[in-house]
Amino acid sequence: MNNSAKANKLVSMRDAIATYVSDKSSVAIEGFTGFICFAAGHEIIRQRRRNLTLIRMTPDLIYDQMIAAGTASKLIFSYMGNPGVGSLYCIRRAVEKAIPCPLELEEYSHHGLVGRFAAGAARLPFFALRSYIGSDMLTANPLIKLIDDPYGTGKIAVVPPLNPDVAILHAQRADAKGDTQLWGLLGMQKEIAFAAKHVIVVVEEIVDESVIRADPNRTLIPGLIVDAVVHEPYGAHPSYVQGYYDRDNESYLAWDKLSQDHAAVLAWLDEWVYGLENHAAYVRKYGQAHFDKLKPGPLPAPSIDYGRYR
Amino acid sequence: MSEGTYTDSEMMVSIAARVLKGARTVFVGVGLPNIACNLARYTVAPDLELIYESGVYGARPERLPLSIGDPTLVSGAVSVVSMADLFGLYLQRGLVEIALLGGAQIDRYGNLNTTVIGDYRKPKTRLPGSGGACEIAINAQRTFMIMRLKRRAFVDKLDFLTSPGHLTGGDSRARLGIPGGGPELVITDKAILNFDNPEREMQLSELYPGITADDVQAEVGWPLRVAKIVGETPTPTTEELHLIRDEVDPQGMYR
Repeated sequence: MNNSAKANKLVSMRDAIATYVSDKSSVAIEGFTGFICFAAGHEIIRQRRRNLTLIRMTPDLIYDQMIAAGTASKLIFSYMGNPGVGSLYCIRRAVEKAIPCPLELEEYSHHGLVGRFAAGAARLPFFALRSYIGSDMLTANPLIKLIDDPYGTGKIAVVPPLNPDVAILHAQRADAKGDTQLWGLLGMQKEIAFAAKHVIVVVEEIVDESVIRADPNRTLIPGLIVDAVVHEPYGAHPSYVQGYYDRDNESYLAWDKLSQDHAAVLAWLDEWVYGLENHAAYVRKYGQAHFDKLKPGPLPAPSIDYGRYR
Repeated sequence: MSEGTYTDSEMMVSIAARVLKGARTVFVGVGLPNIACNLARYTVAPDLELIYESGVYGARPERLPLSIGDPTLVSGAVSVVSMADLFGLYLQRGLVEIALLGGAQIDRYGNLNTTVIGDYRKPKTRLPGSGGACEIAINAQRTFMIMRLKRRAFVDKLDFLTSPGHLTGGDSRARLGIPGGGPELVITDKAILNFDNPEREMQLSELYPGITADDVQAEVGWPLRVAKIVGETPTPTTEELHLIRDEVDPQGMYR
């Protein structure tokens, strides 16, 4: 990690992925429904990584695409669905029919995977939670254990820490050192960033350090733990970025149909991933008008006064 | 749609809204539960705050959310927190009064399967998995289910127990130290089922107009208990239908 206070960590997505994601890496592209960095997932497909362990609470379309492209041999997750739409057919094909290759599953409930991220972030040996008692998930995943509370209140579930090789997180803005501000659903982005060995942040806007320092409560991830900063407007499309663009729901609905056929998925990957040199080309292929339609109306928060103490 | 007629979904939504009467907090899923919770805010539970597992407390969505992570849930909410805080401080702290759940399979004790059909290691159908359902079923003070009555869903034995209901019945839940009270109602498209007996076994409680007990039994994979008194459920009122169609779901996404 380069945490020199003056470091400029701005790099292209191609360089960020080439540097920090190798075959067999464990990779977490987090973001709950929004802030999902499709641009990073597509670059990993383009660089033809193999045997990755993919980590996400909700695999969403991006992992459906990455698994169809053959990048992964294992998936750690807690809810596998096309949110608000239906199934993730590529992942189901891998699990049910080993197409394009077998996929090992390691499965939690949301709070269980939340706990793995939190323990990983704080470098704790386990995280205790009130879940799993009476559930078959205990037998499906032996890493989830029931232990005796050492203080005598009975059985409590525990999960071990999770420390991915790399976490990739999308947000509204960061400075060139990687100090990153996010507003909207916080998901578990902060915890997975602190848990990971390397962190790539991808943002809609690069701002001056003074913008970050003017509103420190909004800083989710400090540059101290960030290795690379990628400026990639619309990098979370077709998911959304709060205040910047809405979810492109037509894409989610279209994927529901298209993804039922593996050949159609491969053709889609050829056209929209392999056939494009980078995410900027993806944005050009859609055309700016497409993104303009996804722009929400304004609803600004009133500014607040931190006070000047001297 | 003319006055006086209504769909199965509108019936289920109306009932689910009525049972939220007086509630302060509800844990919301997408689809019918979401419409029911928003309807209840207009009718029986004006102080109801909507909690979403994505990390939102007190949502006031201006459009019908496309998913539980829709950005409309953030804008105008009371508080937006990390999922660690949502599950730890809101759910596990005991602040969720009512949760609405569903699943691919339910058994007579209200246990739910949302994980697989068939064997776990070689599934016939891979379902989404738990999401937050397992800990919601464990920690919510009260749980209501919304599920269409189908023989392949109301099964004698689950293929996988994702989220605990009354487990093996009686006080088996409490004996394991599970804090929440467990399932109270199953709202279906034909009848309302409850667990109001010492065994905590699902029983027929109310029939919708024109439905018989045999119609219900035909869709249930075990001999269904019947409550001592089986009532008839009132149909949606004109006011409820107006609110569903004109305020809560004007585009008819879930009709």
